[in-house]
Order: sequence, then structure tokens, then C-alpha cells
Amino acid sequence: MNNSEKKRMNGEAEEENEEDVEDEGRDAWERTYTDERSWEALEEDESGLLQPIDNKAIYHSQYRRRLQSLSATSAASRIQKGLIRFLCVVVDLSKAAGEMDFKPSRMAVIAKHVEAFIREFFDQNPLSQIGLVIIKDGVAQSLTELGGSPEAHIKALMGKLGCAGDSSLQNALELVHDTLHKIPSYGHREVLILYSALSTCDPGDIMETIQKCKKAKLRCSVIGLSAEMFVCKHLCQETGGSYMVALDEGHFKELLLEHAPPPPALAEFAIANLIKMGFPQRAAEGSIAICSCHREAKVGEGYICPRCKARVCELPTECRFCGLTLVSSPHLARSYHHLFPIEPFTEVSARQLELSRVASKTCFSCRESLLTPGTNKAGPCAACTKCKQYFCLDCDIYIHESLHNCPGCESRRITPAAASVTMS
Amino acid sequence: MLKEGAIESRLVAGPLVVTTWPRSFLLPPHSRGKLLRDFNQSTVVVGHGYASFQANRRSLISFSDDVSLLVVLIDTNPFFWSTSSSSLNFHQFVSHVLVFLDLIVRLSQLNQIVVIATGHNTCDYIYDSSLDTDQVTGEGELPALYSFVLQRLEEFVDKDEKLGAKQEGLSEKRASSLLSGSLSMALCYIQRVFRSGPLHPQPRILCLQGSPDGSEQYVSIMNAIFSAQRSMVPIDCCYVGSHNSAFLQQASYITGGVYVKPQHLEGLYQYLATVFAVDLHSRSFLQLPRPAGVDFRASCFCHKTTIDMGYVCSVCLSIFCKHHDKCSTCGLVFGKVQSDAASDRKRKVPES
Repeated sequence: MNNSEKKRMNGEAEEENEEDVEDEGRDAWERTYTDERSWEALEEDESGLLQPIDNKAIYHSQYRRRLQSLSATSAASRIQKGLIRFLCVVVDLSKAAGEMDFKPSRMAVIAKHVEAFIREFFDQNPLSQIGLVIIKDGVAQSLTELGGSPEAHIKALMGKLGCAGDSSLQNALELVHDTLHKIPSYGHREVLILYSALSTCDPGDIMETIQKCKKAKLRCSVIGLSAEMFVCKHLCQETGGSYMVALDEGHFKELLLEHAPPPPALAEFAIANLIKMGFPQRAAEGSIAICSCHREAKVGEGYICPRCKARVCELPTECRFCGLTLVSSPHLARSYHHLFPIEPFTEVSARQLELSRVASKTCFSCRESLLTPGTNKAGPCAACTKCKQYFCLDCDIYIHESLHNCPGCESRRITPAAASVTMS
Repeated sequence: MLKEGAIESRLVAGPLVVTTWPRSFLLPPHSRGKLLRDFNQSTVVVGHGYASFQANRRSLISFSDDVSLLVVLIDTNPFFWSTSSSSLNFHQFVSHVLVFLDLIVRLSQLNQIVVIATGHNTCDYIYDSSLDTDQVTGEGELPALYSFVLQRLEEFVDKDEKLGAKQEGLSEKRASSLLSGSLSMALCYIQRVFRSGPLHPQPRILCLQGSPDGSEQYVSIMNAIFSAQRSMVPIDCCYVGSHNSAFLQQASYITGGVYVKPQHLEGLYQYLATVFAVDLHSRSFLQLPRPAGVDFRASCFCHKTTIDMGYVCSVCLSIFCKHHDKCSTCGLVFGKVQSDAASDRKRKVPES
């Protein structure tokens, strides 16, 4: 049907429809130039230098919306999070991955962002493990075993980038199911599929495989790069994962990094267990020992397993001889902020800030002025609900995304008596 | 009377009267402003033409790689300073630190200093060398920097005391300072410097701490340490207390900073000038003190003893030394699927 019929069927005629008629022959990336015209947003100041585009407010509102959606899904009470995760990343390297709609090709974009994802994942989940699987020529192969060292995974992925053949979702799910079946019961089993193809070429009934995965408590999520597919949607619905389709490279990166922090855990998915762990001490400075990972003699600088006294090079790891999980207390501490999250700050409009009786209108943590630059009027800011201090928008983002401490709350001492009053 | 490279401070040490709030750890109770007057009488290294350094600073626009932004966190916890039996009292400590700050400013005209005080009940900014309001031109023998910082420190200690007066006396002997608060503020300030543009000095944090570690601050301090590690900001520490601080040793190890516990506190300035005045770029050419042994073992939640091997709850990551049936932190029973009460409370429909 032609475009005029489409317009009538739409009902409300939006502005974009008129341009759609002209842009029929253009690709999506060309349309961003005709529609958005980002060069018109540039401004010059009096000396002719380019002024930075003030998209701070846009960035902050995007951030707040994300924060609201995150806090809406997790209930007011502390929700459990799956902190010990065993994640299999399945990369689809079929012919569709060679498409050029993501520059330079979908495969290159996927590889680049998966590397960043792996590093971020181990940063946020130091006790977890990742395994890589690729789909090529209709067959799924396991690229790396489940392991905790980011370098090994990244090196393996970068070495094997070539796309060919069809993609088979069922083979990938079977392989992942076999891999993740063997892990202990306290771990959370997750699968992240990066799917570029529009079809799947399976040897059997994929619905049966999906039911098998559901019974094994695998949480499968898919990020699609082409279009929404029913089978992926069904898979994610059955197993409790999330299905998203990326619109462009920036969106893909955002979606991928959303899987780095631990997802909320359903109570029946993982059984609480006491895991025996060792906390090794550093070896003495000049001691010489044969390390168990490289099988060569090394001097100093290693850790000694408390159970079997073998030397290991880095933590966290599993001792090769006795199988004890070896961690150091900072690795556990890295996950504590998921268990004790801070409340989101409330937004304070410019009017409220002016009416408040704060003496100097500066951000409490970075002492930057809260007034809009160049004027004397107050700009938007954020305030903590507990300590009632004001923070600038950038500090708000930094505090919630990276620091996880409210400087105002940390800078005051609450006696037990006062604490019980405020909590009641 | 001015000697190059030597410090002689002839401050009058006030009597140490320890009550629930140590009132006079700074100075005798009958005199306010005495700190400043006492300092005036000391002989401290003062360079010539200090004022001209201030004026020339902003005319340079090239940042070489050895320009640093130093955020100094000074511990003013009166519970520590009034009871410290070492040879350093608060007057002398401040005088060493002030000369060190002067040294930093003179190493490069583009160096910036920010001083944050860590008190017992609050933390606050004392001095920021990049602010116009802090550029005071002083008259008399003392450089503007010293008098300004001393005055602000006095005001801060008064404020800290007023905030503490509302509480009843503390029963614990080891009262800690609010290190996590000042670390968080320092990191937020450094993020602001990062946002200010492509040309900025290299930031680092120097912690001058004497108070013991407060175990209630463990999670907050570790959060701050990991955030510093991500932003690649080293946390150095010069610990002037009695026993080593495990938190600060871990902080320096994880972020790549230097931890020093000086053995001879009378020469604190020498430690500061030789170890901590070095900018980040030049550290690769020097052999700085290496930590003897950082203890990364965990302490169990039930007895607070350090353990080699223990049991970790898979849900909340609390550490126990013996096998328990129930986790005391999250209340879950181990080894079986959750009881009905727990699953009802925490159950939610997975969103598609």
C-alpha cells in the first residue's frame, strides 16, 4: 500500500509522516541527518569558540528515568540479588553478523562491546564466571570454558571473528544447557544471547529445548540486532529473562551493560548455601615456589592456599589441587553495595532551592555552585532524603552509579538513640 | 630568624583536659584565637615573594605532566589527639602539614590543593586553592595560606564540638573519625575536576589519619576505594596513630598509593616532603616505601576474628567461621529451598 493510505490509517497525522514520504528511499542513518540536524545545535560564544552543548539536563532526565524504572521493579524491601553468577555469552556469528548496518559490521561492533561488557562484568561480580559460545555454520561451539579471568575470554573472542553459515538457536541452547548443568546449586545460571540472524535452523523441536532450559532454571536473555523474533521472545518469557532489540550502536552498548549488575533473583532459582572459601595470605617477599597455574618457578608475589599450601598467582580463583575457592575480602566487599543500596535522591526544582534557607547555594560534595552559570538564579539540583543536603546533578549521577555512598549521610554521626528515632 | 629547610615551632601546648568531649585538645580553654597567635611566634620556613606566586599562577596555560591536584584529608578527631601519647600533638602536626602544603604550592604554579577536615561528628572543606575567595593576601610575617587555614580549622573544630555536644558521652574507648565522609567528598570534588575539561591536573588523595578504624564504616570506605580505583585516583596515607590501620593499608594497595607509618613523628615533615610531595608521573622513577604485608584476610561476622578459611553465604556474602544452619544477616536457611514466608515476601512475577 502506498504512503497516503498509510497516513489515513494512522489516524493522527504526525509531522514525521510527511517527511516519511520523501525519505522513503533513504536508510536509517541518512534519516538521522535529515531529521535531527545536530549541527544546528552548536553555538558560538563571543570570541568565536564553540560552546559545549548543554545536554546536561537531558542526560540527567534520562538517568533519572532509568533510576525510577530500576527502583520500581525492585520492591521497597531489600530484594535478593544473584551475586554468584555463571553466565554464558552466546555470540551469533552467522552470515547475518556480517551485515553492515552497524558500522563497520555487526560482528565488529559486537566484539568491541562484549570486551567492555566482560571487563565491567568482572568488576561488578568478582565471584562470578563467564563462558563464551559462538554459533557458526549452524553449529554451536564452546569458545572458552567457564572461568574468572577476563583476559582469557577477550583473547579467545578476538581471535575467532569470522562469520559464515546459518544460525541455530537450538544447538546453542543445548550446548549451554550441558555446560551450565554441572555447576553447583548456589550459583545463578544465566545465558545472554546476542542474536543477529532473522531465522534459526534447528535439528529438532526448539520448544522442547526451551522447556528443558526452563526446568534447569536457566535465565536466558536475548539482545537482538535485527528485528524482534517470536522464538526469542518466547524463550525469554518462559525462562524469565529480558528480550531487547538494539536500535543502534549506542543503544546496543546500553542494553549490553544493563546485564552487568546482578539481576534480582527469584527465591526459588538459587538455594542459599554456605560455600567454603579460603582467604589466602600473600606469600613472603623473597620466597620461591612453583605456581600451580603456570607450572613454573616464581619469586614472591603470590598467594598461598590455606588448605593445601599451593601457590596461586591471582585471585579470585579455584585452587587446582584441592578445589577450594580462593578470594580476598575486597572481592566480597565489591558486591556489598548491591546489598546496601542508597536511596535515590529527590529532585529539587529551582524554585524550591531558592526558597530554602541554605546559606551558600553550593553542592555539598563538590562545592560547585548550584546557580545557573551566568545568572543568579538557582538551577535544578537533587537532595538526599535522609541528610537533606543538596547535590548537583553530576554528583547525583556519580554517587548513584559509581560511589554508592551519600557524602552527606557519611559526614554525620548518628547515635544509636537518634538512629532508632529516625527509623521508627 | 628564618631558616631555609628547617622547622622550629615554639607553640605553647595547652593542658590536655580530657572530659567526655575533649574541650581543650587544641588550646587552653580561656583563649580563642590563641592558635593563630601562637603560630605567629613560631619560626617557620617562609619563602620570599610568596604573594607573587599567587599572581603569576593563572597566567600559565600549559599543563605539563607533573602538575598535581592534592586533596588532603586532615584528621581532627579530638578523641585521638587528646589521648595520643606519641611525641606529636595537634599544634605540631598542623605546623608540619602547613609547611608541606606550602611546599606543594611552590613545586609548580599550577598545583592545586584542597584541604578537607575529618572530624568526629562532621567533615567539611577547609581550603581550596583554586577558589577566588580563598586567595587572601596576608600581611605580616605569616603567609596568607597559614593564617587562613588555621582560622578555618578553628572554626571547624568549634562546629564539630557543637554537633557533638548534643549527644551523651561516648562509652567506647576507640572513637573513630568520619573517614568515609571526607573520602566521599574528596572523590566528588575530583570528579568535578575531571568534568572541567581536557586540561586538568592529575588528582590524588593524601590521608593524614591517626584515629583507629571504625568497623561500622567498612562498607562505605570500601565503596569509596573501589570508586577511586575506577577513576584511577591513588589514595596515599600517612598514619600517625599507634597501630596500623587495615582500611587505609587496603586503600593504598588497591588504588596504587603509598602507605607510610612514620616511626619518628617529630620529623613528620621530612616523611611528607620526601614521599608524598612527589607527583604521580615522577613516582615511576623513585623507590617509594613498599607495604610490608597487607592483610587481606576477612574477619568472620560472628566473632570478628580474622580467618583463613570460612563459610560464605551465597546470597548475602556474609562470612562465618563455622557451619551454621541459618544465616544471621539475611535469615535464610541453608541447604534447602526457601520457606514459604520468605518466598512470599520476596516473590515477584518476572517481567517479560
